[in-house]
Amino acid sequence: MGRRNGLEVDRSACGFRCKKLSLGKAAMSGSLCWLRAASLLRGAPLRWGARPLSQAAAGDGSSPGGGEGGRGSRESVERLVRAHPVVVFMKGNPGQPLCGFSNAVVQILRLHGVQDFQAYDVLQDPDLRQGIKNYSNWPTIPQVYLNGEFVGGCDILLQMHQNGDLVEELKKLGIRSALLDAEKDQDKK
Amino acid sequence: ARGPLISMGKPVESTIRAKLLQALQPVHLEVHNKSSMHAVPRGSETHFKVVIASQCFAGLPLLQRHRLVNEILQAELAGPVHALSIQAKTPQQWEENQSVSQSPGCLGGSRHDPHMATKLGSQG
Repeated sequence: MGRRNGLEVDRSACGFRCKKLSLGKAAMSGSLCWLRAASLLRGAPLRWGARPLSQAAAGDGSSPGGGEGGRGSRESVERLVRAHPVVVFMKGNPGQPLCGFSNAVVQILRLHGVQDFQAYDVLQDPDLRQGIKNYSNWPTIPQVYLNGEFVGGCDILLQMHQNGDLVEELKKLGIRSALLDAEKDQDKK
Repeated sequence: ARGPLISMGKPVESTIRAKLLQALQPVHLEVHNKSSMHAVPRGSETHFKVVIASQCFAGLPLLQRHRLVNEILQAELAGPVHALSIQAKTPQQWEENQSVSQSPGCLGGSRHDPHMATKLGSQG
């Protein structure tokens, strides 16, 4: 593990060299190397550090307000997934993910310049953790919801990122992916 | 599943393989125990990655493909398996592109996770 500009950089994890990252406080530990590798499979060039790190409103892991008992109930979960166009149930928070798969989801969203998303730390709330699994009938975390609809976990989001579907889905939500700007800049050269 | 497919020391992996073979008759199947990449004791069978190519996935969107695999492995997911990474392709897709995404690195979440004790306990 090396240290560069205050960020821990692990070059050994995947063989890719981490470039200078201006992405704030999160320890990347080679996870962006992994993501870059995965994106190269898609064939799209990447521009690093193009967008500032964003912190979701509930990203500190606090339990959602207004949940009077039964935070894991269907009704309560439904309210959460519908409250924002992009909602993520994860382990840890966007500033400090506690799981590689959850971190991958956060990094993918950031690559697309999604600066405003709601994140819930299920490790802080066992009722919510079970509730979200019951709601989506999906056994694992992370879980990503777009416009109130469950789209999948880390694997699916990665494949959507690789095949261009994520750009399209974000467009439907009125979010322009940052990768479109990156590709546009690339075309100009 | 019991029988010749259960290999010593890898009961969960063997069961996953057997169930997927039987249910999906894949043209390609890889079952990887990724537990060593995570903050769990050595020898654990908690984190798996499955790469599978089957005609059963034809016409199904990604989410439905994954749900199908989840359903087949429902008991394992309710039991010892804590994480399951899935790459589900049709035979044609597999022929066209056999690249498999790398798994993300661990960020130590299992250490902070009260559920892990249950998962590890169920491994006997």
